[in-house]
Amino acid sequence: MFATNRASCWRQLFAAACAALLLGACTNEPMFTATDITGATFGQDFRLFDPDGRTRSLADFRGKAVLVFFGFTQCPDVCPTALIRAAEVKRLLGADAGRLQVVFVTLDPERDTPAVLREYTAAFGADVLGLYTTVENTARVAEEFRIFYRKVPTGDSYTMDHTATSYVYDPAGRLRLAVLHAQGAEALAADLKTLLQSFSR
Amino acid sequence: MKRLAFASLFVFTASTAFAQVHVAEPWVRATVPQQRSTGAFLKITSQEDARLVAAQSPVAKVVEVHEMKMEGDVMKMRAVPALDLPAGKTVELKPGGYHVMLIDLHAQVKEGEVVPLTLVVEGKDGKREQIEVQAPVHPLAAPANGNQHGHGHGH
Repeated sequence: MFATNRASCWRQLFAAACAALLLGACTNEPMFTATDITGATFGQDFRLFDPDGRTRSLADFRGKAVLVFFGFTQCPDVCPTALIRAAEVKRLLGADAGRLQVVFVTLDPERDTPAVLREYTAAFGADVLGLYTTVENTARVAEEFRIFYRKVPTGDSYTMDHTATSYVYDPAGRLRLAVLHAQGAEALAADLKTLLQSFSR
Repeated sequence: MKRLAFASLFVFTASTAFAQVHVAEPWVRATVPQQRSTGAFLKITSQEDARLVAAQSPVAKVVEVHEMKMEGDVMKMRAVPALDLPAGKTVELKPGGYHVMLIDLHAQVKEGEVVPLTLVVEGKDGKREQIEVQAPVHPLAAPANGNQHGHGHGH
């Protein structure tokens, strides 16, 4: 009698613990470390040139997740750091690496010529794509993607302030995540794995 | 010739003997052709309160000490007039913080090369000291700690 009571007590406790765990999974944990911006109405698409002069848009990468970063190649700190993170994410994705397209959009088309863009992105991976457009269209695209940037004179040259957020599109081409500069490669790779899971290979 | 070599050796020894500033692990991020600027990173320790007030390098027309700051998620880089070097504290110039900005490069900076840097440090008494640093060039895609090729030393 005593033994049965004790067993049922354990069963009840176990059931309660399971319920708490399930509830916790449903209510507490967000799916992504990055900010989920699914349903955002900005940054829906772009029309930019690749270093070969071909027009590229998001539709070209359908079936792949796309990680987009805006920057400039004369940047010694944030831009290489963001692209190193992208390369590390690809490594962490393992077998899914081919399901991620990394795109670098220059905010400095005056200095980032197609040749510079090609060489620069290649340093971070053969499949990293550098994109550019005219100075006027760069301003329009940046506004459309809510990317702030500004030239800042230094010496007799200039540097640039710019938003360091990366965006993630899902394989259906929908804008899904805004990734802060501070988010690490592991957390970003985990976010991409979660995102890719819901899309078949 | 022998005399000259001896003389320069003496100068070198003298300058290091009195140097209160130690520089460790300097490195420069490689560039691609036509890329006109890059950053140098290092660790600097002064035995007495001092300030890093300037930097020079033969590879670039303009050399400035910059601070990178995130305001929200906007990255801003600014030249700083001077970088405080509190006594005995190692100040790191590294991605995510300070760097020596090499602007208007005369040529591509390639992996494996060594970039000479001169750091100008001003003591509390206003006296300036020049520290010569030989900074190896690490790949463009070198991670933030830059520690792919072991350590470099400059005195």
